[in-house]
Amino acid sequence: MSDSLALVVLVAIFALAAFLIVLPRIVRRREAEREAGRPGPARPAAPPRPTPVVAPPVEVEAPFEVEVEAPVEVEAPAEPVRLRDRLGKTRASFAGLLGTLRRGGKIDDEAWDELEEALLLADVGMTTTVAVVQGVRTRAAAAGADADTLPDLLRDEITERLEATASDRSLQHAADGPTVWLMVGVNGVGKTTTTAKLAKREIADGHRVLLAAADTFRAAAADQLATWADRLGCAVVRGQDGGDPGAVVYDAMDAAAARGSDLVIVDTAGRLHTKVNLMRELEKLKRIVERTPGALQEVLLVLDASTGQNGLTQAREFVGAVDITGVVLTKLDGTAKGGIVLAIEDEFGVPVKLVGLGEGADDLVPFDPAEFAAALVE
Amino acid sequence: MFDSLSDRFDGIFTRLRSRGKLTEKDIDEVAREIRLALLEADVNVRVVKSFIARIKERANGAEVAKSLSPGQQVIKIVHEELVTTLGGAAGKLTMNSRPPTVILLAGLQGSGKTTAAAKLARFLERDGKRPLLVGADLQRPAAVEQLRVLGERIGVPVASDGADPVEVARNGIEEANRLGRNIVIVDTAGRLQIDTELMDELRAIRDAVNPDDALLVVDAMTGQEAVNVAESFAETIDLTGIVLTKLDGDARGGAALSVKEVTGRPIMFAGVGEKLEDFEPFYPDRMASRILGMGDVLTLIEKAEAAFDADDVAVATEKLRTGDFTLQDFLDQMRQMKKMGPLQNLVAMLPGVPKELRNAEVDEKELGKVEAIICSMTLEERNNPSVIDGSRRIRIAEGSGTSPQDVNAVLKQFKQVAQMMKQFSKVNKKGKRRMTGLPPGLGSGGIGGLEL
Repeated sequence: MSDSLALVVLVAIFALAAFLIVLPRIVRRREAEREAGRPGPARPAAPPRPTPVVAPPVEVEAPFEVEVEAPVEVEAPAEPVRLRDRLGKTRASFAGLLGTLRRGGKIDDEAWDELEEALLLADVGMTTTVAVVQGVRTRAAAAGADADTLPDLLRDEITERLEATASDRSLQHAADGPTVWLMVGVNGVGKTTTTAKLAKREIADGHRVLLAAADTFRAAAADQLATWADRLGCAVVRGQDGGDPGAVVYDAMDAAAARGSDLVIVDTAGRLHTKVNLMRELEKLKRIVERTPGALQEVLLVLDASTGQNGLTQAREFVGAVDITGVVLTKLDGTAKGGIVLAIEDEFGVPVKLVGLGEGADDLVPFDPAEFAAALVE
Repeated sequence: MFDSLSDRFDGIFTRLRSRGKLTEKDIDEVAREIRLALLEADVNVRVVKSFIARIKERANGAEVAKSLSPGQQVIKIVHEELVTTLGGAAGKLTMNSRPPTVILLAGLQGSGKTTAAAKLARFLERDGKRPLLVGADLQRPAAVEQLRVLGERIGVPVASDGADPVEVARNGIEEANRLGRNIVIVDTAGRLQIDTELMDELRAIRDAVNPDDALLVVDAMTGQEAVNVAESFAETIDLTGIVLTKLDGDARGGAALSVKEVTGRPIMFAGVGEKLEDFEPFYPDRMASRILGMGDVLTLIEKAEAAFDADDVAVATEKLRTGDFTLQDFLDQMRQMKKMGPLQNLVAMLPGVPKELRNAEVDEKELGKVEAIICSMTLEERNNPSVIDGSRRIRIAEGSGTSPQDVNAVLKQFKQVAQMMKQFSKVNKKGKRRMTGLPPGLGSGGIGGLEL
């Protein structure tokens, strides 16, 4: 106790001293710059910060529920979208690369460099790229391989790495009682859309799904989810905009019990992993779910396929805060390769469970390591 | 996880210093480190290549060879080159002499277009303009609703009238004329750059409204993909500039460099927070430091300038230097500092902070406790803590809801650190320009020495 107090004082004084010492000097320099007519970075006169429009969360009204009378017929997806079909772009790029590698003959330094570059271009990141290339090198040495077989070796290496993380990538349901899945992630990765897609899938599987719109921060986020719920014909629990997301989750748990829903999917507000307060809020949401023992089965980190190396930091922070159980990789239908998941699985052992391949409600497919790897190198 | 570039260079150059001169091989080694740093910052592989080539050329030149500290010199070159690349032509919006000026925002899904649109509207309104927001994202459910709510918050009207995005955009301009608005900001739906149908639609919107500014909104967390995105959008709608969003996270934001290099268009604005006022012009020098992992001191200082009162700062600095820094001063300044956000984030932004401090888990609640303890002291006690005896200590502890041990810990730590800072600021005063040096005891393993 007193140790942490002492630490706070230490850090605070250190930070303070730094400001006090550095600040006057910089201010002087800037003033000099300004006088010299060089436009220093404009500093807007500190505006009166408008108090955010926040409804007092003290008294959360019983949230109204949108109940859809006639459940829309959920047509079963005709033909499951295949990862490979949708990875055309990615494949093309690797194929191009490996086309040049297929020159045959010995594997020279240039070939290794190209292999490395291709992995880097796929956002795999330096550390994992080095490890993967090393793995391929070992394989090549063992097999006495030539350049023709590099694609196969690369595919095997990636597949085995991914398979080593987890053998079961299915989403878990509670044996009895309600199941809760918590969707988390930074802003703009597609949490709400993924929540809706998941709901559609589970409804088609015969589950009674209830959506909890715990994103009370982003304007109209709850409307977005409610629109989806309307289309899918499932129930949604929402609170007031700017209200307490904890209250929404709490009410959703109650509502699920009352109406016999067996699956609650909680859509949370996007939060940058660097915002301590928001991460705490997420921890709180998780605790509320955990009041019902055994209910929380999945905490899914939604990750945009175009995310670069920051994805690792995101994964680390979300693992630390809410112990994520899986990753949903979204927007893989672009040219983004989502290679960061290789690094994430490597470092944190958190498996990718689902892949989002478009804006349609059916464009969510299970992640399959072999297929992912094959699509990459074919 | 990421070491800053300067940390990395330190190793190489310490080794070199004994030899004095840089050989080509040394420079290759340095180039590798730069490459690694840039790649970890998500700069596109191909952009890194051409960038490194430029650096190498300069590093081989005389300016490095003659330098006494080649490491610093190379870092300076890299930094300068980054600033030049990121900066270039000044990023200013083109204003149409015949209003309304039309600004078109485009980008991938989830890059932050709607938020950026509202932030830009607020920014321009503060600048004396009369913007109108047009919600042409009819794709994502409730996107227009989101824009309406945001528009209401900042007091800017929102128009979204029409059956398809092109019509909505066109009607938006008419609406602006009717309402006497001189700027129209068109928010479009997110789209993948390979989605030809939607890209055609974007082109149609462009043709319909003939924008003065076509801005691409890019997420700072984007990886290698940034290049493909920028290329396609630039081809489709003749971009005039870039808006970089989500810079308040800890992404290095190498995408900024990639996008700039590929499009040649200036990065004009940066989104730096969740609130609508968290939007500012883009500063190339800060971005360069950030990509290199050198700490974002300027941002920090800007924040500090807004939070601290300049005169108070001058007084407090003097006190700190002479050792007259009291608990009262500490309390005052700490309260100012709290306005700047979580302590840990602030410390992380400071250059030269020892790892032990940077990674220290700081509970913000504890800060409140410290405040309570000081508030429970009399003025006399704050100015002269040595008068605090056993019974005063118990009183303070009871008053602040803590224990006498807590009170002790605060007092002891305050005394120690204040003493150290006094020495430090003296050293600093003597002419060391940068805050790289640390007070004795704060270096490696310093915390242990502080008897925590």
